[in-house]
Amino acid sequence: MSDAGERSWPLWEVFGQEGDGEAHQHMGSVHACDAEQALQFARDVYARRNEAISLWVVPSAAITASTPEDMGPFFDPANDKAYRHPQFYKVPKGVKVF
Amino acid sequence: MTAPNPAFFTALARLGDDRLVLGHRTSEWCGHAPILEEDIALANIALDLIGQANLLLQHAGAVEGAGRDQDALAFLRDAMDFRNVLLCELPRGDFAVTITRHFLHGLFSVLQWEALSRSTDDTLAGIAAKALKESKYHVRHAGEWVIRLGDGTDESRRRAQDALNLLWPYTGELFMQPADEAGLVAAGLTADVSQLEPAWRAQADGVLQRATLTPPATTWMQRGGRDGRHTEHLGHMLAEMQIVARSHPGAQW
Repeated sequence: MSDAGERSWPLWEVFGQEGDGEAHQHMGSVHACDAEQALQFARDVYARRNEAISLWVVPSAAITASTPEDMGPFFDPANDKAYRHPQFYKVPKGVKVF
Repeated sequence: MTAPNPAFFTALARLGDDRLVLGHRTSEWCGHAPILEEDIALANIALDLIGQANLLLQHAGAVEGAGRDQDALAFLRDAMDFRNVLLCELPRGDFAVTITRHFLHGLFSVLQWEALSRSTDDTLAGIAAKALKESKYHVRHAGEWVIRLGDGTDESRRRAQDALNLLWPYTGELFMQPADEAGLVAAGLTADVSQLEPAWRAQADGVLQRATLTPPATTWMQRGGRDGRHTEHLGHMLAEMQIVARSHPGAQW
């Protein structure tokens, strides 16, 4: 396996749906020269053992991600703001799933 | 199980041996494909084909009624007893040869499984219905590659056209209906493969045109595998495939 091929082929992120009505979850990534091939490789690499009933592939370059430096300003302030969480509400009798 | 049926045994061996031999040839790519993803894709296809062969040869052994199971048929027969077409036993060649062969044989398989899913033999009809879904994926995978290789770079186009020129004279044998299956076709057990050629050719031409590839003009076709007359390549392949089973008779794992 030459790495020349891996250098020249774009990367695609793979999302799979486990069952009807469930959200597509990130499964991993594949190298492929276009979308149809990415879908086939995703099927072979991530869905060959019944892991999914539907697949999405997205060019990795299309994803904008937060960076490790965002950790503080993005996520830390939530910890001491208890009023953002709904645990102060009483759950009515008979409600089991919410 | 009904009485032994030698003609049906041979027909099932023809079906099973195509997939066993092509599956083993495909497995030779394990660890050698151009990229990791394709390595896994080819291994999946190889396993699909060997799985089909497993079911077909198991059924063949039952129909033969001589106490041979699928392992005995796969590992203890010599080349002259195999009934696969020559197309399946040719060396794997480069990636273009492997992909073009999967495309040409896969297209044939889809048509053959469609016909056999209406077999009056329930077991064969069931195997065909299961294998049809697998073969449709093999054709999709190989067909997309044929288009990319043929309509790709100068080198990939040259290799794809060379592969087509090499393999084309071996495609005729797919559609040569064995005379000894006439009774089986009449009884609805197996399908007449000669009927499948027009649809195969039309579908092959559609993809080859998109791939800017042209089948060679030759009309002379290789034959022999369906009657046990093989190329020298099959014996070498079987020596490797069968060595473990023959060195340790009856081994369990």
